[in-house]
Parts: sequence; C-alpha cells; structure tokens
Amino acid sequence: MIKNIGSKIASWIDERYNLEPLRNLIKHKKVPAHRYSIWYYMGGVTLFLFFVQLLTGILLLLYYRPGEDSAYESVRFIVTEVKFGWLIRNVHSWSANLLVLFAFIHMFSVFFSKAYKKPRELTWVTGFILLVLTLAFGFSGYLLPWNELAFFATKVGTDIVGVVPIIGEPLKMILRGGEDVTGATLSRFFGIHVAILPAIFTVFLVAHLFFIQQQGMHEPEKFKNLPENKKKYIPFFPDFALKDLLFWVVVFNILIFLALYFPWELGNKADAFAPAPEGIKPEWYFMFMFHTLKLLPAHILFIEGELFGILIFGVAAVIWMLIPFIKIKQKHGWKIQPLTLIGILVVFFIAVMTIIGYLV
Amino acid sequence: MKKRFFYLAIYALPLLFLLGFTQKEKKDIKKEALPKEDQCYTCHKEVEILPKDFSQNDAHRYANLSCSSCHGGDPTSADETIAKSSSKGFVGVPKRQDIPKLCGKCHSNIDIMRVYQPRIATDQVAQYYTSVHGKKLLSGDQNVAECSSCHSSHNILPAKDPRSTVYALNIPNTCNKCHGNKELMKKYNIPSNQLEEYSKSVHGEALLKNKDLGAPSCNDCHGNHGAMPPGIASISHVCGTCHTSNMEYFTTTKMAKSFEEMNFHACEQCHGYHAVQKPSTAMIGVNKESQCIECHTPGDEGYAVSKKIKESLVKLNNYYESANANFLEVRQKGMNDVEIGFLLQDVKQTIIQSRTLIHTFDSTKVSAKTEEGINIAVKASLLAKKEIDEYYTRRNGFAAATVVFLIIVITLYLKIKEKEKKTNQK
Repeated sequence: MIKNIGSKIASWIDERYNLEPLRNLIKHKKVPAHRYSIWYYMGGVTLFLFFVQLLTGILLLLYYRPGEDSAYESVRFIVTEVKFGWLIRNVHSWSANLLVLFAFIHMFSVFFSKAYKKPRELTWVTGFILLVLTLAFGFSGYLLPWNELAFFATKVGTDIVGVVPIIGEPLKMILRGGEDVTGATLSRFFGIHVAILPAIFTVFLVAHLFFIQQQGMHEPEKFKNLPENKKKYIPFFPDFALKDLLFWVVVFNILIFLALYFPWELGNKADAFAPAPEGIKPEWYFMFMFHTLKLLPAHILFIEGELFGILIFGVAAVIWMLIPFIKIKQKHGWKIQPLTLIGILVVFFIAVMTIIGYLV
Repeated sequence: MKKRFFYLAIYALPLLFLLGFTQKEKKDIKKEALPKEDQCYTCHKEVEILPKDFSQNDAHRYANLSCSSCHGGDPTSADETIAKSSSKGFVGVPKRQDIPKLCGKCHSNIDIMRVYQPRIATDQVAQYYTSVHGKKLLSGDQNVAECSSCHSSHNILPAKDPRSTVYALNIPNTCNKCHGNKELMKKYNIPSNQLEEYSKSVHGEALLKNKDLGAPSCNDCHGNHGAMPPGIASISHVCGTCHTSNMEYFTTTKMAKSFEEMNFHACEQCHGYHAVQKPSTAMIGVNKESQCIECHTPGDEGYAVSKKIKESLVKLNNYYESANANFLEVRQKGMNDVEIGFLLQDVKQTIIQSRTLIHTFDSTKVSAKTEEGINIAVKASLLAKKEIDEYYTRRNGFAAATVVFLIIVITLYLKIKEKEKKTNQK
C-alpha cells in the first residue's frame, strides 16, 4: 500500500522533472573496497556532525540572546529551564569538538593516502578552507556563552591576531568591534557564528561535495594497479550508505553519552574588570599553536618571537593548502617518501605540542 | 626683517603663556603636597628635638598650622629667646586641664572649621565636659583622658584614616591604653578586662578579626567625646541603633515594663555587654542554658511561651537542615541548584526574622513566621527532589536510547552482512 503510494509520487515527479540522472547515479555510484576503505567514512561522519551542529545550533538560536546582559543568562536558562535544553547545548558543544577532531582525521587520511593529487586538487583546497572555517566556527562560538574562560580566551586569541604586521591591528579592531573585548565583540561573533560563517561554509561544502560526486572516490595506487577483475567495489546505495549510517549512529550514541556524563561547564559570567582566572587555555585544537607561540623566544632574527611564529604558521598553512600543486620528486629507494615524512612530522608536532600545552 | 620679528613675537606669546601656565600648575601641586616649614620646625629638626610622637603626616601640619598655633611663640624668628619669649605668647607644653579649651579654640569655632570641612561638628569640647572624662578633668583629676589621650598630640589624623589612633579598627586599643591599665582603673573602681572581653564577643570578632568596619567599636555604644557608660534607660536604644527591629519589638512588650520595674538592664540582661555572644537557640526554651528560666518557673505563662517559641524555632531549623541536605545532593549531582539556593536564602531570612520576633515574647507571632519558613523549605525540598529525579530520568533515558541505538546498529549490521553475502554470491 505504502510502496504503491510511494511509487505513484515518484512517477508523478518523474513525469515532470525526469529523475533518470538521479536514479542512474544511485544505481551506478560505486566505492572501492580495500584495506584502507575505513578512511572513506571520516568525511561522512564529519558531514554528519556538521548537520548535528546545524540542527542543535538552530534549536539553541530559539532561546539564545546575544548581549552582555543576556548571553550568559540565556545559556543558563537553556541548560536549566528549557526542556532538553541541557542536552541540546551539550550535544552542540561536544559535537563541535568531535567535528574538529574528525575533520583533522579526515584531512590527514586524505593527505597520507595522497588523495589530493590530480585531479582532486580543488577538493583538497576546498576541504582545507572548510577546516579553517570550522576552526573559525569554534573560535567564534566559544565566546557566545559569555563566561569568564571564553572571555579571556577570546581576549588572548584576538591579541594574537593584533601581532600581525600592518593588517593585524585593524583586523583585531574589526574582530573586537573596538579596543577591547566587549558586548560589541559578542554581537559581532554571534553574527559571524550564525550568519556569515554558515553562508560561506555552505558554498565551500557544496563545492567540496560536488567535486567528490563528479570524480568519485579516490583509489589508492596499489588498488589502481590491480587487474580489473581483482578490483572490488561495493555499491554506494545501499551498502556503503548503510555502513555510513551505522557509524553515524554509533558516533551519535557516544555524543549523547558525553553530553550527559561530561556536561560542558558554564562557569562564571564574564567580568571585564575581574582579574583573569588561572589556567586560561584555548580550545584543544588551538593548543598546539598557542603553546608553540608561548615557547618561542622573545626575539628571533630581529623580529618578535610571537610574530615570527604567526608568520611561520601562516606560511605553513598556505603551503599545506597548496600541497597538490607543489611537485616533490619521489625518491626511489626511500622507505618513506618525503611528503609522507613531512606529514608524520606535522602530526607528531601537533600531538606533542598539544600534550605539552596541557601538561605545563 | 621687521615683519619676521613681529610674527615671531606673535607666535611666542601664546607659547610663553602656556609655559607660565604649566609652571603655575607645578607650584600649586608643590603647595598641596608639602606643608610649610617654619622656624620652629627648622631648628627643632636641626637639633633633633622633635616631639616623641611627631609625625610628618599630622593633619594640622597639612593645614599649614605652625607649632606656635598651640604652643605660642614667634615661628618666624631663628633666635630662641625671641621665639620662645612670653611676650610673643609662648606657652610651651600646655597644661593637661587646658588642653580641651586649647583645641576648642579652633575646633569649637565654626568660622574657622568650615574652611576645612563645611559640615564638621564643633561641639566636641561641649560634649567632652558632659563626659565622665571631662567632669573629672574639671574637678582636677590629672589621670583622665583629654583630647590628646585619644587623638595623640603630634600624630593627629582624621578618623577615616587607617593610620589614625581613632580609626574604627584602632579604637579598642586606643581606649585600652588607659582602660586596660589595672592600677589606674583600680582607683576608679572599674574593671580593666573590657578589651579582652570585647575581643571574644561577636562584635569584637567582627571588627578585629574580620575587619568589618560596620561592627561597633567602644565609641559606638559609649559615645566618643561625651563618653559615658550607657544607663539602664538608654541600653535598649544603644543596641537599637543597629538592632532596630529587636528594640522596636522589645520596647512595646509587657516584659519591657517588668524589666524596668525590676531594674533589669534590658538587652544586657540576657545578652551581656562587652562579651556579647552570637545568640543561639539554646538561649531560649526551658533547658539549662536558657535565659528565660532564670526568672520563669514551670507553670507560669512565660515558661510555656518560651517552650513554644523554642519548639517552633527548632522545627524550622530541622526543615532548613533537611532542605539544605537535598540542595547539597542536587549540587553534587551537577543539577540545577540556582532556584533552590534562592529559596534556602529565603528560609534563612525567615530564621533570622523569627529569632528577632522572639523579642515580642509572643509565641504565635514567632510560629507564624517559622511556618512561613517551613513552607519555603518544603518548596525547596520538593524542587530538589524534582532535580534529583530528573538526574535519574536522564540516565534512564540515556540507557533506553542506547538500547534503541543498539537495536538499530545490530539491524544495520545484519543488513550489511546480508548484502555482502548477496554480492559475494553474485
């Protein structure tokens, strides 16, 4: 009965809009099956978490009121009075962190499997931009509850922006909406978090997904070199999609477990005149940069250590984004290729700096 | 050439003006910061004979008063014989009995004093002569306190200055300089352990330990310039200055009249004076420590009222404790404790209010207030229970959701395996 109605609706639409290409896509889309297939799921789960953010973010928006006198109070209202508000807010916070984590995993898995190579250069570039936007989401969203830690972390964070020569100071002023972190900064960050970033993010996300759709999944070298009959594929619908779904359900279950048992603390309301509380730390995904800047000596080669660090990070980020366009010759006889080695060093650096940052 | 000079002169004028202005400003600051140094000070400093308690910070020095303002003489002359000649009005160290009048020369004259402080009182000397100190001084007693005993002679600072001998925190020690002297006090037949008692009292702890400037020091009960031990009639007013409700309730009761008739010292009768302690519920009721049974005996009305009041207070306290335990559990579970905290504050308020109402000696008034507190405590407990229930509901909800997710995961897994089998068969 239901099936009948379903097919009737489908044929009604088909008659008018020609669903053939879509049907073909669903029928023919295939995903290579090999021992590294697991990494294919990382992008999917990142996308899933983005949708969780979108949904919980919209729900939070119903009650959140930006402003020095209302932001903290409204978040407290959400977690104390609103039905399931505590769950939505904690899922939003936890999901944000998992999203960044999976985005990083996704990026490094693509890097190490060299999936960014021709013809997928633009997929990599858009992906990198999406990661930067995700970090911007994290940074702007962190301030919104207007609590002590967020307030001072934002102060420190925007101070770092101010160090950049020429554009740093004006950029800091634009970000803060004035000399200091105030209510103006809060409204600004709110606008950035819920309107500007989502708009830009959507454009790059659509492009990213479109590129993937156009080119299909990347096949690793070894898989490509296999004889045709040995190459194994699984259909995207429903096999791969089901596996994706299975992973998402597990991640979602972990998400609500974290939200319930490790709720995100709200802390004290921000007070510009209060002394900075001890142990101001940025979010974990900024820790490696923050700690590196802290460790640098006051002066390196005639310029300030901090500025030197920021410039290095900036240049490194640009190089990282443009890696598909940089030709590095394969070294025969080397067990680990130079690029892989660089990748390992980068991961090692990030991991070590993050850990030290938390221990010190 | 001439023209150029003319322009230069025009430009230079405002510049000179500006320069002069800054110079003038500098001078003004200098005048404010450092008092004038006259010949008395210059010589005495040179030969290092400055008074024992001399301080650079003395308020009079900053008002540009010379030594001669009190001691007489000519402060402009460097010649000692001229400066200290009686023809120039030199008096040297003023006699003890003359000191109040000497200070009063300026301090009792509003025309002089309003220059420094428009709202300053000028009745200190008049008040002083009404005090025990003043009366005794007039009768020739050389041991009693005069102005300089409390304010010092050459280190006089405003009472608001923490360095001052009459700053609230320093007053108990200032009074104790004489009143703690056993030998001296023996002559007047008064005890000398006031500071010791006061330090242990609720007021003394607040002032000396917690540095709470709102707490009463000696002068708040005894007065300062007109210092007197409060009389029986005035005791409730003295305490009532701060404890307004207690006084208001007490003065309108039958008990107040009976106290008067029996020559009882109002507040002091139950609470004591210098050693006044934080009152506890033990002070009321019919138990051993109760103050009520000192007069009331089983069978009389007061005995029954005291018992009833105690019961109401204990009941409210028990409800508060139980609500507080629930509140702590809510907090420990990380649930929302804000509203419960507010309610508990309200309960605490009713505890204070019902304890104040004890002074009406009306058990119905007290119990009406305690019932009000009990109702709020019950509300707080209910709210706490709701939060604790919510805590478990969330956990159970999570368990249920996990079961559902598990079923979905298993179903998906089986479906995937089935598909894989099918594709393998193909």
